Amino acid sequence: MLEDLSLKIDKALKKITGQGKLTEKNISDTLREIRIILLDADVNFRVAKEFIDKVTQKALGQEVLASITPGQLITKIIYDELTELLGGSNSELTLNPTGITKIIVVGLQGSGKTTFCSKLAKTIKGYGRKPLLVAADIYRPAAIEQLKTLGESIGVPVYSQGIIDPRDIAKSSLDYAKANGFNTVIIDTAGRLHVDEQLMSEVADIKKLTEANETLFVVDSMTGQDAVNSAKAFNEKVDFDGIVLTKLDGDSRGGCALSIRAVVGKPIKFISNGEKLEMMDVFYPDRLASRILGKGDVISLVEKAQQSFDDKEAEKLEEKFRKNKFDLEDFLKQIRMIKKMGSLSSIIGMIPGMNKAIKNEQIDESALVKVEAIIHSMTKEERRNPKILNGNRRKRISRGSGTSIQDVNRLLKQFAEMQKMMSKLNQKGFMNSVLSKKNIKFS
Amino acid sequence: MKLFKNINIDKLKTGLNKTREKIVNKISETFSGKAIIDETFIDRIEEVLISADLGVEMTELVIEDLKTRMKKEEDRSTERMIEILKKALVSNLSVNNLESFDYTPDIESNKPFVILIVGVNGVGKTTTVGKLAYNFRQSGLSVIIGAADTFRAAANEQLTIWADRANVEIVSKEKGSDPSAVAYETVSKAISQKHDIAIIDTAGRLHNKSNLMEELSKIKRVISKLIPHAPDEIFLVLDGATGQNALIQAQEFMKTTKITGLIITKLDGTAKGGVVFQIIKKLKIPVRYIGVGEGITDLQNFDPVTYVNVLC
Repeated sequence: MLEDLSLKIDKALKKITGQGKLTEKNISDTLREIRIILLDADVNFRVAKEFIDKVTQKALGQEVLASITPGQLITKIIYDELTELLGGSNSELTLNPTGITKIIVVGLQGSGKTTFCSKLAKTIKGYGRKPLLVAADIYRPAAIEQLKTLGESIGVPVYSQGIIDPRDIAKSSLDYAKANGFNTVIIDTAGRLHVDEQLMSEVADIKKLTEANETLFVVDSMTGQDAVNSAKAFNEKVDFDGIVLTKLDGDSRGGCALSIRAVVGKPIKFISNGEKLEMMDVFYPDRLASRILGKGDVISLVEKAQQSFDDKEAEKLEEKFRKNKFDLEDFLKQIRMIKKMGSLSSIIGMIPGMNKAIKNEQIDESALVKVEAIIHSMTKEERRNPKILNGNRRKRISRGSGTSIQDVNRLLKQFAEMQKMMSKLNQKGFMNSVLSKKNIKFS
Repeated sequence: MKLFKNINIDKLKTGLNKTREKIVNKISETFSGKAIIDETFIDRIEEVLISADLGVEMTELVIEDLKTRMKKEEDRSTERMIEILKKALVSNLSVNNLESFDYTPDIESNKPFVILIVGVNGVGKTTTVGKLAYNFRQSGLSVIIGAADTFRAAANEQLTIWADRANVEIVSKEKGSDPSAVAYETVSKAISQKHDIAIIDTAGRLHNKSNLMEELSKIKRVISKLIPHAPDEIFLVLDGATGQNALIQAQEFMKTTKITGLIITKLDGTAKGGVVFQIIKKLKIPVRYIGVGEGITDLQNFDPVTYVNVLC
């Protein structure tokens, strides 16, 4: 589905790319498709509508500069708007240098609160603080045991009083923290439905009683349209400070983050992926924006490419891609450029569509060294026209490069595959935007 | 024998009430009395359906269906249109038109009847196992449950509490053990102790983690070795609040384990779980039960008419 949508937006953008200027008509076509992309990504119906209206306004007023294509312009506007809505900048947790910092973690059932609490405790501990986890979920069977097990595994004490009123647990946990020298208290509350008035009042009370410094609302990134309702209700009741987005290691597009952000206006502070306790990331709005648009980390790729690519070299290569005259000589040059950009797998992961194409191929970084050696052992003619590489020539090359004949065969096969893929990408118009020296700056 | 006689419309509606009123109002406010199918009306329906997580494609299909049905209608009052819309929706909840929605597992001729519960993290699998066990037990059947979620901290303890509440036997091993060993032992015990039903809880897994999905097919293989027809049901539990990703979840789980039915949880909130329309349409998997709360009795047979009435 991710790839499908990626294709869809490619198609949508393509309609604009290469059409001299943005007219009301071709923008409206594209925006209609983008609307579907957003809705399929679980962006709330109303939020999507407002977003598109905003983009339309901007896009119509804007002139298309000669140096960029309309496709690039609209990409930038969409991306900028999305990034802006998602938060504009990273938002960190406030930890008081003195006294006890109190953090309350709230959310619906199954959103990942308990796991997040442990991760947060571990992270905070890593900063040299003394965290205390508080088990205030008295409803779900064995929730206290779960937190205790997790606390033990990360070496963070868990405060629990068993099944008594969570308000009392929260309150006395602060005394306990004070008496025992803890400077950060993380309270894991029970999952609750936003329509459950009694439980919603309970969590509001906990916030008041503890005078919490940070209240974090945890939300499953797979949440659909209803995200706005639950987020709104929680925000009205506890006025939370930030959002924690969980389970982004799945393949959800995370459109609910945009909905929540738009509706409650609170920053997204953390990403919490996986049950392993070391995986926690700070939130980057720009990356989520590309994910919602199904474009992978296109923008990061563009930036990275800009830093490392020699413009002229790139232009030449681009020309060859276009004409499908890409040969082994160019392949060698390209390998050198790519090496400047960082690890191959990380680069490939950022290209939409590529993920799928390469998914089943193992990416072995050291293989690049072999590849270079093999190409070095070829004559100019062989590099330009690999078709002439018969058995004898291949044997010679393998000897000359200190590799096996299988290695040579594999490279040639892969190269043929790559040529195929390049021509596909070329059709998609993607290489165009990556390799063009006229790339607009995304900042 | 109908097992779950506890369909309680009120329970389902309690949480949904506010939204329900809103939706009916939304359509009625513009179209009091007579109405024709115009753009505004279609837009309203579109908003209602998309907001219920049906997805763009499914929403368009339903609207097309509605338009076709309306052509034959003399009466074009708002009430009539909503009635027709509901009919169109109900018909889309059926895997094949002949099927009865009154799901009754054939336990009598397949003893022990083995049910495997799967799903992504946090959808409510363990709670659902507890409720299922209780309901079957209440129907006079003997039940054994297996705690094959050996990964999540305190998952065993959680299921043990449910087993106590439901008054059924439980098989569990220490954290980190092989889940298929738990499944094997559960089914073995079900055979030797002549239980009617074995329900196996599994760890939550994101459907794009291939090693975990492989583990699931291993559990399934191990069970089949003991009883060829087992597992008799593989229920995929979906969180009612999940959006379009639920379809991908179903597709991916379908690849490794043949899902035979869906259980939609957390429908006591304002979420509608409308993505099931797509799952039913594309994957032909029927919805069997819905979860409407954390209480042990909060599991109901899925009833499309009730569900659609709550939807709009």
